[in-house]
Amino acid sequence: MTDQTMILSSKSQSWTRAKTGWTLFVAACVLALGNSLLPAGLVRPPEWLILPFADWINAIFVFVRDDLGLLYLTRAFADAVEWLLDVTANLLYGKNRWPRVGPIPWTVIASIGFVIGYALQGWRLSLLTGGTFVWIAVMGQWKWAMETLSVIVVAAPFSILFGLVMGILAWRSKAFERILNPILNIAQSLPHFAYMIPVVVFIGVGPKAGAIVTIIFSVPPMIRMSLLGLRKVPHEVIESGHMCGSTRWQLLRHVRIPTARTEILVGVNQVIMQCLAMVVLASFIGMPGLGQKLLQLLQALKIGRSVEIGITIVLLAVMLDRCTKAWATKQPEHFEKGTSFAVRNKFLLLGLGLSLACLVLAQFIPLMDQIGRRDAFTISKPIDAVADWFIVLIDPVTQWLRWFLITWVLIPIRDAFLWMPYAAVLALLAAAGWAIGGLRSALVCLAFFGLIAISGWWDRAMITVYTVVVAVSIAAVIGFPLAIWGSFNEKRAAIALLVCDTLQTFPSFIYLIPVVMLFGVNDVAVVGAVVLFAAVPLVRYTIEGLRQVPETLIEAADMSGATRMQTLWKVRLPMALPTIMVGVNQSVMFSLFMVIIAAFIGTQDLGQEMQRALSSTDVGKGLVLGLAVAFMGLMVDHLVTTWARSKKDALGLE
Amino acid sequence: MTAASPVISCKNVWKLFGAHPEEYLKSLTGNPGFDEIRQAGYIAAVRDVSLDIAKGEMLVIMGLSGSGKSTFVRCLSRLIDITGGEVRVEGQNIGEMSEKELIDLRRNKMGMVFQSFGLLPHRTVLDNVAFPLEMRGQDRHARRARALEVIELVGLSGREDYFPRELSGGQQQRVGIARSLAIEPDIWFLDEPFSALDPLIRREMQDEFLRLQEMLGKTIVFITHDFDEALRLADRIAIMKDGVVEQCATPDQIVLNPATEYVAKFTEEIEKSRVVHAGVLARDVNGHSMTGAPVGEKQTISELARLLVNDSRDFFPVADGSGSLIGALNRQEALDVLLGGTS
Repeated sequence: MTDQTMILSSKSQSWTRAKTGWTLFVAACVLALGNSLLPAGLVRPPEWLILPFADWINAIFVFVRDDLGLLYLTRAFADAVEWLLDVTANLLYGKNRWPRVGPIPWTVIASIGFVIGYALQGWRLSLLTGGTFVWIAVMGQWKWAMETLSVIVVAAPFSILFGLVMGILAWRSKAFERILNPILNIAQSLPHFAYMIPVVVFIGVGPKAGAIVTIIFSVPPMIRMSLLGLRKVPHEVIESGHMCGSTRWQLLRHVRIPTARTEILVGVNQVIMQCLAMVVLASFIGMPGLGQKLLQLLQALKIGRSVEIGITIVLLAVMLDRCTKAWATKQPEHFEKGTSFAVRNKFLLLGLGLSLACLVLAQFIPLMDQIGRRDAFTISKPIDAVADWFIVLIDPVTQWLRWFLITWVLIPIRDAFLWMPYAAVLALLAAAGWAIGGLRSALVCLAFFGLIAISGWWDRAMITVYTVVVAVSIAAVIGFPLAIWGSFNEKRAAIALLVCDTLQTFPSFIYLIPVVMLFGVNDVAVVGAVVLFAAVPLVRYTIEGLRQVPETLIEAADMSGATRMQTLWKVRLPMALPTIMVGVNQSVMFSLFMVIIAAFIGTQDLGQEMQRALSSTDVGKGLVLGLAVAFMGLMVDHLVTTWARSKKDALGLE
Repeated sequence: MTAASPVISCKNVWKLFGAHPEEYLKSLTGNPGFDEIRQAGYIAAVRDVSLDIAKGEMLVIMGLSGSGKSTFVRCLSRLIDITGGEVRVEGQNIGEMSEKELIDLRRNKMGMVFQSFGLLPHRTVLDNVAFPLEMRGQDRHARRARALEVIELVGLSGREDYFPRELSGGQQQRVGIARSLAIEPDIWFLDEPFSALDPLIRREMQDEFLRLQEMLGKTIVFITHDFDEALRLADRIAIMKDGVVEQCATPDQIVLNPATEYVAKFTEEIEKSRVVHAGVLARDVNGHSMTGAPVGEKQTISELARLLVNDSRDFFPVADGSGSLIGALNRQEALDVLLGGTS
């Protein structure tokens, strides 16, 4: 085929595509309008269509657990993990287990934190790492924080190792990668709770279950990053390894993995952040620590104390993120000839010296060893006072907002979503799919939502969809103008990106604190939390997209006499659109996760059902619900990436 | 093995990229062109190349990007498996070697320098240079001693503890060269080693390279897309286009008698007198009366320009390095080369 005929045929193809899309859209509208006339089988999936997926999954689980005896294997693994957990628990907070030497005085850990931060980046990171530990100790949260950290300390190495090995396997074998890829896609869009239920079945509740669910949850990004890193090793480096006579193992060990160092360490960073997010949530399955405390305090509406814990979690998140990122980007540097041992190893010596000093001092000064509840500071009173004052001050606003949102936005939209016949929704999605990616995309959309329809959770799913749609829309209305304003000025953009990056490191749970404080426990709080959580990626990617527009294009627009608004609308936004859509995609994913987490403050969607499944350890139901959520995410992901790819091709980007 | 037998010998080497290259190659009859193969869905990177490389020779493979020269050199070291034909290194068919034999060959006989250096970013200069020695299991002290030796050879003493990213491009390539020399290879592959460097550094590195070659006398396969570089360094040049060697000859021959139109186009812009040596133009003495001082066979025509214009002798005696007469240089012929005309 010559180039010309290809252009012609692609044109005619896109024409029919749009036409089919519109036809389907009209069909959807007709179905919706004729709602009352439709046979019942088109309004809601009829009984005979609903398949008992949950029972099937349960049967498989019972078979695997009892007949295949996997239970013994998982229990054995869990026991090994528990032993490690006990060791770290003893060292970090003095649980009465082998080796019975702990707890390590908090000053020792804080001073190690100071030195690590300094060694990785300098005094600012040093202040952050050391300061975090000082804050934790002084606020009397040492035990809880150490409970949380002890799980991360055990879980992260497991995840990193598993992830690396799986990444290497996927890199070695195309077939393995082909199997792994869809699994990873689903795994990364399954909500946190979906992971917990099978773990509870196989392992039970408590710290070891928390650790294991954390391990499972945080493996996927590590696999992805190791695979990416191994793929990115420059060809010539590998060839040079071959020419140096390396065997396969030597090549992997000495050439590929060290050269992929940065990507692998970025993977480590993601693992640790995922671990933290999961450990906090694992409080739902009886994992003690900061998460459990926060959950209790939030449920008791103790705002001051929850803010204190929230600050600790945020500090931990930011600190872990910065430290691992600094580690990933740190490049080796040589020492001048004749540098003494002491200078070469100054950080090691400094760390050892400081810890020893603290260890000795702690023997004589009890406060340097441990700070009990009685000696601890608390800022909960003033926070409560300020919060009370603030809440009373803006009470009219929140009251009105709550009333307005509930009566005029949330309930009408929710009713509209519930009123829609499922056939109309499917037709609508097929229309969108066809318009964007032709028959294939239409079928993908139909398959994902069709499965949700026949799973029997249609109404609940629609409530989830409605919450996400409302939240992402509100986030867009707030986020886009903010991002555009932020992108006009280089300095502002840098600050905004820093803020967004920092906000993104926060475990999702944290976002609940301010909304519960302002709105109490209801639908508006849920939507508020989701909006907050979803706005961050929107703002971030919009700024990034707008900033990436090549300078020459803007100069060309300026020289064509475009005003700032014209440049924005005609040049910058169209060029940035593919990147912005990545933000929208992430925003939808994040909101889905958040909606499910927010279930415990009262929703009627899939999340609430999942909580019920969790408390009754119903694996089948839990997984079906989790997959329903994952399918929504995957469908949006498919549509957005297909669209962004065609847009990018059209713009000639990448 | 006799001294005369080639170090590397290629017979009808083919490299095709595509779905089922080997079956496709078997189905080929005659000698299809590059485009014809492309129509069938295959990319012909190397097409039916046969050439021998003698011990101590420097063969420069010249071609534009996409001509298959980099692929060809990788066929010689079996970094890439060939589709058809055979490559023999010191008489052994490397296509039939086991992985272990191949690794042994690379550990003891071959060194290679890469265009973008191919250094390991996490290792110091010393550890990079010692890497091939480490791979073959030499102990630390021997490794270190040998690595320091080659580092000094390439003029990087004092920078052993630097990391690659702390060095300039030229210095990084010196590390690459040192590493490839660490195992004292007999065969030295250089894949566009100076292309990533800026022109001044490139010139300096070429001089450095010639100095090293004079000292070491290795068998060299040198890849370049720069014709001037090829002329400057080569004993023989092989010019490649679309996977085929268009001509493989000494620089003088290529300039004087280009085999194909493509080669002719390359040599058009070249000042022939800078390339052609007196020894190449020397004819049999048969009866010409020659008097006066002889010219050296290694002198280029351009170096002799002043003499050729001012001296009115019709024939100049040509002497080799030891001073014995090897032939006669026709002044008219030499002036044609110098001035570009034909008589």
